[in-house]
Amino acid sequence: MSETMTGAEMVIRALQDQGVEHIFGYPGGAVLPIYDALFHQEKVRHVLVRHEQGAVHAAEGYARSSGKPGVVLVTSGPGATNAVTGLADAMMDSIPLVCITGQVPTHLIGSDAFQECDTVGITRHCTKHNYLVKSIEDLPRVLHEAFYVAQNGRPGPVVVDLPKDIQFKTGSYARPLSNQHKTYRPTVKGDMDHIRAAIELMANAKRPVFYTGGGVVNSGPHAATLLRELVRLTGFPITSTLMGLGAYPASDKQWLGMLGMHGTYEANLAMHECDVMINLGARFDDRITGRLDAFSPFSKRIHVDIDPSSINKTVKVDIPIVGDCAHVLEDMLRLWRQNAQTPDKLALKDWWGKIEGWRARNCLAYRKSDETIKPQYALQRLYELTKDRDVYITTEVGQHQMWAAQYFKFEEPNRWMTSGGHGTMGYGLPAAVGVQLAHPDALVIDIAGEASIQMMLQEMSTALQYNLPLKVFILNNEYMGMVRQWQELLHGGRYSHSYSESLPDFTKLAEAYGGVGIRCDKPGELDAKIMEMISVNRPVIFDCIVDKTENCFPMIPSGKAHNEMLLNDYLGETGADIGSVIDEKGKMLV
Amino acid sequence: MLQMKTHYPDATRVEPVNRHTLAVIVDNEPGVLARIAGLFSGRGYNIESLTVTETEHEAHISRITIVTTGTNSIIQQIKSQLERLVPVHRVIDLTLTGEAVERELCLVKVVGKGDYRVEAMRLASAFGARTMDATLTSFVYELTGTTEEVERFIKLMTAVGLVEVSRTGVAAMARGAEGIV
Ligand SMILES: Cc1cc2nc3c(=O)[nH]c(=O)nc-3n(C[C@H](O)[C@H](O)[C@H](O)COP(=O)(O)OP(=O)(O)OC[C@H]3O[C@@H](n4cnc5c(N)ncnc54)[C@H](O)[C@@H]3O)c2cc1C
Ligand SMILES: Cc1ncc(C[n+]2csc(CCOP(=O)(O)OP(=O)(O)O)c2C)c(N)n1
Ligand SMILES: [Mg+2]
Repeated sequence: MSETMTGAEMVIRALQDQGVEHIFGYPGGAVLPIYDALFHQEKVRHVLVRHEQGAVHAAEGYARSSGKPGVVLVTSGPGATNAVTGLADAMMDSIPLVCITGQVPTHLIGSDAFQECDTVGITRHCTKHNYLVKSIEDLPRVLHEAFYVAQNGRPGPVVVDLPKDIQFKTGSYARPLSNQHKTYRPTVKGDMDHIRAAIELMANAKRPVFYTGGGVVNSGPHAATLLRELVRLTGFPITSTLMGLGAYPASDKQWLGMLGMHGTYEANLAMHECDVMINLGARFDDRITGRLDAFSPFSKRIHVDIDPSSINKTVKVDIPIVGDCAHVLEDMLRLWRQNAQTPDKLALKDWWGKIEGWRARNCLAYRKSDETIKPQYALQRLYELTKDRDVYITTEVGQHQMWAAQYFKFEEPNRWMTSGGHGTMGYGLPAAVGVQLAHPDALVIDIAGEASIQMMLQEMSTALQYNLPLKVFILNNEYMGMVRQWQELLHGGRYSHSYSESLPDFTKLAEAYGGVGIRCDKPGELDAKIMEMISVNRPVIFDCIVDKTENCFPMIPSGKAHNEMLLNDYLGETGADIGSVIDEKGKMLV
Repeated sequence: MLQMKTHYPDATRVEPVNRHTLAVIVDNEPGVLARIAGLFSGRGYNIESLTVTETEHEAHISRITIVTTGTNSIIQQIKSQLERLVPVHRVIDLTLTGEAVERELCLVKVVGKGDYRVEAMRLASAFGARTMDATLTSFVYELTGTTEEVERFIKLMTAVGLVEVSRTGVAAMARGAEGIV
């Protein structure tokens, strides 16, 4: 049944029909009719951010933590260009978003009209797809199709650019029977012959490893459940990328920790030494592979990915499987069970023995201090004191992000929101806004650096307006720590412009926004103050003053192989077996 | 190899480069050409030739023929990346489906007198070019052929007074009874 309404009303109606409950936006001339349509209804709740980039990150946090698409509404010109960083971020990390942008009236397009910019041109490379809607007849289809494209196949952001005259025009709206695009049909079911070959390879593996990524999280909670079954059934070790954390429980003994540049010793060496690698929804990013010609030199590789362009892009694989992780995992499990596959127990025992040896190196150990708070210690305490709660973590970008990935243990997917591919400083706070909206009663913490937090700090005001009791936990090392670390490594310790000068008093800032400020600079007071932070039911900025010189280890340096990792010189209380060479600087080359 | 101080891995592979002709079937919607051209420039792929026109008016479907060069893995990436674009229906690698028919049209203007003019006419007829326009001092010829033939024709015409060239780029089709839709 079709109804007559304006374009602006169609936008809101389509959102309602898609079951959208929250949208993140900022008004302006070119979207005023849509804002007017919003005014007349209550189903779709609009969250007013303080910067359009914040709107997109909030929508990303919302989407990643809830499994639903995030929705953004911004005006033309500066509204659209401010959103670009967020769109690029969502594109890199495969986050499903629909972003509606206002545009100047169709007859003015191309005339350098007030607040005109070529939004579809600018966003073409940082969206999965985009539309400029030039006729009211197309609008209902495009709006629904946008949701289909954003969520199906490899997820990503979709922009719908809507000229103001189309928002005013009336036309007929009916919810389409299906939102499907007329031709776009990504493959979700994997090729059975390839899956069979994969199972065969796995059953005969002597040194296997699962390498999982964001694709498992994208695929939904069911994929994570199936992954757990398959990993336990096979008895194989498992590691994951930054984007895949939580799909497999970090408390489990088969879990090796994150891999890659700042991954664990055991995960990276397992990747280096394995004979069969099972990649599920990960894209062989350069933070993972390091030097390509030295990457996992002894392995046969299985790669499951919904996007054929991820396969054989940088690393050649032996068994490609194009499909959705949940679908393929289901087939894998069935075949494994049907054939009553039993892995080579003896070989696996040997393999685990090797891995335990690497584990004993205790690569995340660090030198504790009674005087200064070590950033690693702060995160360990934050983890211990929050782990029994319903907790969601977002991060900014830098050392603190890597430490969070190393020291926080995630048991479930969708609990960890971080900017991986684009590495956008400023992501964490607005993302936390989105997460808290999706999970009003949860404990939502943005683990931040003092530099990153200043990029989107204005979103504190949003948190206050909507009574979102999120916590910003700043590891304040007075440096762009990650930059400083690279300057030490590559540029002779010349700290060119990486010192955080003229820092504000973060506690006063929190208060200025109407939130609560807490500062801590003594290890002895940390627990009590973290508990205080948790107990406050308002937005908090926690200024945790940490060691200014600490670097993030383990680390695979520039263009090196997995077995050329730099480790912290500290061996930990366990006094683990060093096993290999340590030079006088305490850097270990294996 | 240049040792860079960077946190990116070095380039490690050297592979031979090949030329491929791709037929790309797309929805003829606004921006589709920009999407495809932008994909090539954005990811650093080469375009040697690109032609496009709507081939099925009712269905708004266009066929784009792209001649590109790259290593085998780059060509594979190009195809996967093209297929990832929402308005792209299919990508056919005509170089892999067997020797395809590849034709290109060029218009060539030559200006000259005396021996030059006679030689230009002789060359044109040797190549089977058609005369589309003539004045007392000039000719416009049309030649259809493979890219190599067209190149050779233009090179020879340069010696006898070529002043202007216009080329369509390659249109291509697989041999045999099977059709692409
Ligand atoms: C400072 C910094 C340091 C970093 N260091 C590290 C590090 O040490 N280790 C690390 O791991 N990362 C690190 N990263 C992150 C890194 O840059 C990449 O973002 C990350 O490694 C990519 O994760 P991924 O391979 O899981 O891919 P994602 O970007 O999550 O991509 C997912 C893949 O799965 C596919 N996919 C999507 N949906 C599905 C589905 N339903 N079914 C099947 N497949 C699907 C996609 O096509 C894609 O190929 C760092 C980032 C920063 C900012
Ligand atoms: C928008 C943006 N600009 C620049 C960078 C480069 N960069 C990566 S980490 C970093 C420093 C972050 O400092 P801080 O937030 O204090 O975190 P720390 O590393 O000290 O924990 C910079 C500048 C980036 N990732 N994003
Ligand atoms: Mg810092």
